[in-house]
Amino acid sequence: MADKLHFELVSPERLLMSRDVDMVVVPGGDGDFGVLTGHAPVVSTLRTGILEVHNDGSEPDRLLVRGGFAEVNPEGLTILAEEATPLADVDREALEAQLKDANEDVNDAGDEAQLLQSIKTRDRLAEIIGVLDLIA
Amino acid sequence: MANLKDLRNRIASVQSTQKITKAMKMVAASKLRRAQEAAEAARPYAERMENVLASLASSMVGQVGGPKLLAGSGSDKRHLVVVATSERGLCGGFNTNIVKAARARINHLIAEDKDVKIVTIGKKGAASLRRDFGTRMARHFDMSHVKHLGFADAGPVTDYLLSAFEAEEFDICTLFYAKFQSALTQIVTVQQLIPASYDADNVTDLGGAAYDYEPDENEILDQLLPRNVGVQLFRALLENAASEQGSRMTAMDSATRNAGDMIDSLRTTYNRTRQAVITNELIEIISGAEAL
Repeated sequence: MADKLHFELVSPERLLMSRDVDMVVVPGGDGDFGVLTGHAPVVSTLRTGILEVHNDGSEPDRLLVRGGFAEVNPEGLTILAEEATPLADVDREALEAQLKDANEDVNDAGDEAQLLQSIKTRDRLAEIIGVLDLIA
Repeated sequence: MANLKDLRNRIASVQSTQKITKAMKMVAASKLRRAQEAAEAARPYAERMENVLASLASSMVGQVGGPKLLAGSGSDKRHLVVVATSERGLCGGFNTNIVKAARARINHLIAEDKDVKIVTIGKKGAASLRRDFGTRMARHFDMSHVKHLGFADAGPVTDYLLSAFEAEEFDICTLFYAKFQSALTQIVTVQQLIPASYDADNVTDLGGAAYDYEPDENEILDQLLPRNVGVQLFRALLENAASEQGSRMTAMDSATRNAGDMIDSLRTTYNRTRQAVITNELIEIISGAEAL
């Protein structure tokens, strides 16, 4: 196999992944795009979606990412994601339960700040479940 | 002359104080390690983000009408000062130093006839700033429920700052916190959050090539700038957490040492007094016997 792509996945809290891979498929703001080594420099937004890491022809690692950016520079690909969870660890039922709670919070919100906060939580959960629906 | 029983009590009480400060030092040391790890783990994200921001911002230089979070609102009249301190005391000069720097800055701004509003994170700084600038306090954020600082904990503060900026309640936002250098030194740092500050030297060298932007520069900046505020804030809070523990550790270490010194000198006094009492008794007996 030819040269590998250096791939890093970072969340605000820590560096989640740093390794050399064959290809990464990134859910960009304007549509998915694959990045191989030698890709032209790009900065792109991310939409909530599935990030696929392909390596050595085996089954790709799939991660659910939300909110952030992808940067490709001569050193490789860096994904800055606010959230990133391996798809296998995503618990759909738990998410749905949380969404239900969030909906209740929106209805019960006492003041404006609480309302805004709960709407944010709800939208975030709805977005993630929407993505899960698409790939199901 | 001090009473022997009093001295014994003093020694016992200083000893138990020493035990407490020693325990606090150990606790701070272990918390410090964790806080330091968290601060280090968060570094890559903030650094990468700064790089992207610097690349974008430098490509935008000279263009009119960039996003307000980067270009500013065109005025420098209204200032928002965010002061991040700790929720607990007994950490040496940590809070005092931050508050002192913030207070000097605020007074300076007031002297220049600017509008100043203050936002506090952590109750220690809030208490002492409220005394001086009671009418200027805009908002206080309580962090006492937070055990391990996560990115989500910075969320409410970020949301507040962004919506207040959106509502044109201030033009410039600066953040005061203590940067962690070592357990002995924490540097009080002033950072401008809004409009975003960046280091033009951070631009990644593409070897002549230029970035493609998807969808386009403005769209990316619109998303990146609010996130950047959150990330910078989160980083500052992490640094602050590490600094607080470092400062506490140092303070408790010297308290423990002081208590040790005090015990030594109390012991000396105690022994001397005991000797004196014995000598006195002997003199009494001897002179009593001689008088017979």
